Amino acid sequence: MLLIHCPYCDATLPESEFAYAGEAHINRPADPSTLTDEEWRDYLFIRTNARGPHFERWRHVHGCARFFNAVRDTVSDRFLMTYKAGEARPDLTAVKEAAE
Amino acid sequence: MTTQRHDFDSAPFLIEELPWHPRFSLRVRPGNRAALAAALSLDLPTAIGQRATAAGAEVFCLGPDEWTILVDNAAPLVAASRNAYGQIPHSLVEISDREITLRISGAQALTALTTGCPRDIEAMPVGQGARTLYDSATVTLWRDDRQDFRMDVWRSFLPHVRAILDQVMVELRSGL
Ligand SMILES: [Zn+2]
Repeated sequence: MLLIHCPYCDATLPESEFAYAGEAHINRPADPSTLTDEEWRDYLFIRTNARGPHFERWRHVHGCARFFNAVRDTVSDRFLMTYKAGEARPDLTAVKEAAE
Repeated sequence: MTTQRHDFDSAPFLIEELPWHPRFSLRVRPGNRAALAAALSLDLPTAIGQRATAAGAEVFCLGPDEWTILVDNAAPLVAASRNAYGQIPHSLVEISDREITLRISGAQALTALTTGCPRDIEAMPVGQGARTLYDSATVTLWRDDRQDFRMDVWRSFLPHVRAILDQVMVELRSGL
């Protein structure tokens, strides 16, 4: 089982309390009606599918119930960091160095 | 293999269904927390899992903007909330019937809970708690003493949770 650090509870807790919620930092277009079909398709369905560090959303659903963001290595399944929802996307180089 | 002596007469832990008690869910943004706490005459702790006990009221911080409140007498709390509502936006919802509270106590209460709860409950300080899981059901766990817990279980999940705990009781009793 993975152990995940919830930035709101400030505790490292078992994976079964959490739910994965897709890629992070995907903003809904301000005015969808101005988008082409291709742009709307990309917003809805096209994802990074990263091999390595991946910015993703999680929800501490059986706990404080908050959504937060995480950087997880999709190869090793290792969580490099977690941070509160709404915080800026962290610089990957700095994240990697901090996790070393 | 167990080295424990079998004692078929003693109950390893006790499960009691606690009687109905007024329970509320309070939501308020962090910026308004202090003002609302003053208006409701309640201590609203900010650390998740922390609890505050006052005369006739128990408050449990479930999330950064969410508290469960148990009160002996609901009317004064509802009145205070209504008075504050215009100035301090918040939501106070009565949820007394949503969950059934089980009291789990006795020599092996901790062991019984670890059968379904993935958290390290042993490390949880007495007087605190957590919203967590028991098997697949979300529960609110209150640690009142080392081997004395309350567990709020959503009504529809109760038969499932009780069935597992009853099985655990049989297994612990038989020395497994
Ligand atoms: Zn949390």
